[in-house]
Amino acid sequence: MQRSQSNNSIFYNVDWITVLTYLILIFMGWLNIYAAVYNEEHYVITDISQKYGKQLIWISTSLLLAFIILIIDENFYTAFSYLVFGIILFANIAVPYLGREVKGSRSWFRFGDFGIQPAEFMKFAANLALAKFLSNQNIKIADYKNTFLSLLIIGVPCIVIMKLQDETGLAIVFAAFIFTLYREGLSVNYLLLGFLAVVLFILALLINNLYLFIIIGSLCTISLLFIKRNAKNLFIIAAIGLTACSMVRGTTYIYDHMEDHQKIRIDVLLGRGTVDLKKEGYNVNQAKIAIGSGGFVGKGYLKGTQTKYDFVPEQDTDFIFCTVGEEWGFVGSSVVIILQLFLIIRIIFISERQRSPFSRIYGYGVASVLFFHLTVNVGMTIGLAPVIGIPLPFFSYGGSSLWSFTILLFIFIKLDSKRLQILR
Amino acid sequence: MNQLSDRKFIIIGVFILVGLAYISRLFYIQVIDDSYKLDARNQAFRYTTEFPIRGYIYDRNNKLLVYNEAAYDLMVLPKNVKNIDTLDFCELLGITKDQFLKKMKKAIMAPNSPRKESIFEKQLSPTDYASLQEVLYRFPGFFVQSRTLRKYPRKIAAHMLGYIGEADKHTTEKDTYYNEGDYLGISGIEKTYEKVLRGKKGMHIIMKDVNNRDMGSYMNGLYDTAAISGLPLTTTIDADLQEYAEMLMQNKIGSVVAIDPSTGEILAIVTSPTYDPNLFVGRERNKNYVQLSLDSIGKPLFNRSTMASYPPGSTFKLIMALIGLNEGVLTSQTRYPCARGYPPLGGHPKCHPHGSPLDLEGAIGASCNSYFSYVFKSVIDDKKYHDTYKAYANWREIATSFCLGTKTGSDLANELRGNVPSIAYYDKIFGKGSWKASTVISLGIGQNELGITPLQNANLVAIIANKGWYYTPHIVKAINGNPNDTILDRFKVKHYTKIKDTAVYNTVIAGMARAVEAGTAAALKIEGIPYCAKTGTAQNAGKDHSVFVCFAPKDNPKIAIGILIENAGFGATYAGPIARLMMEKYLKGKITRPDLEKKMLETDLIHKDKNAKVTKQQ
Repeated sequence: MQRSQSNNSIFYNVDWITVLTYLILIFMGWLNIYAAVYNEEHYVITDISQKYGKQLIWISTSLLLAFIILIIDENFYTAFSYLVFGIILFANIAVPYLGREVKGSRSWFRFGDFGIQPAEFMKFAANLALAKFLSNQNIKIADYKNTFLSLLIIGVPCIVIMKLQDETGLAIVFAAFIFTLYREGLSVNYLLLGFLAVVLFILALLINNLYLFIIIGSLCTISLLFIKRNAKNLFIIAAIGLTACSMVRGTTYIYDHMEDHQKIRIDVLLGRGTVDLKKEGYNVNQAKIAIGSGGFVGKGYLKGTQTKYDFVPEQDTDFIFCTVGEEWGFVGSSVVIILQLFLIIRIIFISERQRSPFSRIYGYGVASVLFFHLTVNVGMTIGLAPVIGIPLPFFSYGGSSLWSFTILLFIFIKLDSKRLQILR
Repeated sequence: MNQLSDRKFIIIGVFILVGLAYISRLFYIQVIDDSYKLDARNQAFRYTTEFPIRGYIYDRNNKLLVYNEAAYDLMVLPKNVKNIDTLDFCELLGITKDQFLKKMKKAIMAPNSPRKESIFEKQLSPTDYASLQEVLYRFPGFFVQSRTLRKYPRKIAAHMLGYIGEADKHTTEKDTYYNEGDYLGISGIEKTYEKVLRGKKGMHIIMKDVNNRDMGSYMNGLYDTAAISGLPLTTTIDADLQEYAEMLMQNKIGSVVAIDPSTGEILAIVTSPTYDPNLFVGRERNKNYVQLSLDSIGKPLFNRSTMASYPPGSTFKLIMALIGLNEGVLTSQTRYPCARGYPPLGGHPKCHPHGSPLDLEGAIGASCNSYFSYVFKSVIDDKKYHDTYKAYANWREIATSFCLGTKTGSDLANELRGNVPSIAYYDKIFGKGSWKASTVISLGIGQNELGITPLQNANLVAIIANKGWYYTPHIVKAINGNPNDTILDRFKVKHYTKIKDTAVYNTVIAGMARAVEAGTAAALKIEGIPYCAKTGTAQNAGKDHSVFVCFAPKDNPKIAIGILIENAGFGATYAGPIARLMMEKYLKGKITRPDLEKKMLETDLIHKDKNAKVTKQQ
């Protein structure tokens, strides 16, 4: 009886390590938002006219959301996956037409001072739908049809957000689900192909295409020397060679059709052409200066000059990591990266202990999305990734993203807490 | 399924790999690479210099010679200049748009740079500054740097005081204390006492935001340093005497130096023509400088008192007499003939008509060339040295001990050493062993290659007045009111010449006294003050220089004067009266010969000369 009694507690079997890590991260995030926009006139950290005051509201409502998620029956998430996916997808399609345009962005629903960005919530909805689809016992991902359908679940929201809302950053995040698909049996060839595409994309922009063709041709020829020369192998190598060449050609096509600011961001990252540090190179350079000037232990809390005095743009949202780097130094930024990675890897371990494929697949989705955000967000501030406007999980200022990450994570915590009851 | 769950290792591996890559990258940019720290400092900090107040300069009676006035330089940091209303700005400064663009271009081009502060407009007046300051926030990239300018209430002693200029690249490379454009002493005691006068610059670190607004002091000023004011100097100059001497010397080319023999303190040091030191301050400075440097006859920028090397002429005969007496080849009774010149060499060097033969006192009084040629020959051919070289070396050593051909070591800037020719020099000219006393005979009368600065000349008189010793002539008496500052220690060391026998000096002094009582300077007596003097001429390519050396009173001398007026002829005509008036002024405080004073004040040797030339050409 005692067991069933504790079974009824909503906190029963909750993975407290994950929850604690989450709490530490949002607390650190809040402190850093305070530091990023700190000024002496509004020094009260709870002042809701300031971003740090507002963030406190977002944090408390997030905790409330987390609580609600833990109350709701776990079967709700499995049963209504597609429905939730559908509703949120619809909201995303509708927002450009119904939402108010703010600063040229058409991805917000506005309620007075506060706004909601439905694209942020597409992540957990797509994750639910993908988990639902892939956990079907009859589904084998190796099947081309199923691969196509899973890519559709990821691709449709991605295209909607990119094309209708013009939020490239939020759309690109859906690429993270490639890790889930890989874990669930997607042929490694796809990953290699993706990897090849990325490498060739970079090379094609840096090296004269003609040389690249010659290199690809010679590599194919040389590889022929080491394998059995039969029709099948010849065909495979020819196919790889042609694909590679078309990727190179495709790069030029894609690059030419990119928007100017995207071209510039890629140029800045790859160091192509001359980068004007006052214009296109400004953000990344300032971010690097802020982080680099932090030194080993940082300048001290609230003592940063680069972020506080607005040298770094978007210092409280997408470039919040600069404040960490400047004020807490190498030690602090490493701690943040390690904490985030700890949470992500913890989620993967928890996923692997699930008996239900749905929970496992969902868990991988959570880990993948968090990892993607971490990689791109931190990467762009230290010049290892192009500037893509996506938030640093739990750190960046903003209600939608914090809510979105909280929902994403806590549905998983809920599922995990019921891992002994859920069978599929 | 088992196989698939192994894929988690690959996924975790990828995640950790990325994490490690990021942490390594962070380690590189945060710990290893310092350039970002520098960039951050350049961006977020503005280092403002607080310039210290430069030390004031006083005369020996605490009369103010140099003080400061506030001025404001408008500075520009071109890279921060953006979105300003140029027209409005030009109107404020009263410049045209073209001038504005030109100035901006200058601030951007090398050696300046867009990232470096440079002076946009120099030395705004306090009123201009006041009106500008209120609206300066509208013009990012511009700010005001306060400076101090030197002011000279009495317009005297320009060469001695020197002037201040901006540090150039060369200076900043040599001494990192200075930044380009900082003010520092360029000449005079502004230069020699630069480190005392300048004080210490203060540094304030101001934080600024992306819009270049001041965000307050960095770390509440923990790393700021306050400026330390420069120390005041008390000079040995008597401002009234200096001023009087400059007045007397006006319209004459030459130099007067007056020394208190008992202390080595320089009472007055005049180079003429001189200029108003205020001309070298302020925005007109360069213009004035050019104008002064264009005067090719007067050369007012040339500091004759320490840098002009004149043949010592008659003054040197005093040294010749001392050496002769000291070496025992001459007594006060020794008589030598004169035949309008030195007889053994057929009347060369030449002499003016006077009684002959003369004894030593008479020769000093008459400044006989022949007599001192004999003395020189007897010194160089002195049997006890057996050879000319040894005798010459001895002669030269003694002469040098009177601070001839060597710097006095005073604290005046840019002192030259003058010249007493060396043996090596004559060997080069005449060949080894091919010269003797008669070859270089006119050294005995202070001609030939002998060169002496007016400062050395005055010091020479001081040595005779002291009978064989001197303190290094100096211009600063006390630093920050302290006469015992260690910097001044070297002026408290008595230096002795090679001739220590006071009896020897007494003979020469007696000769000099007689020159005033009944000799060439008889017309220049000062009532109640017996003094010693020697008139003279220094032969010269053009008209002879008028030379006069004297000290007063005869016993316990308080002032020794050396004066030289270029191309003015006989010493008693111009040089003598001026020295006499100065002695009276200094010792009595009033003038008993207003006629002489009036005549000297009205004498114009520069323009008369010019007029004469013009007439000649016609």
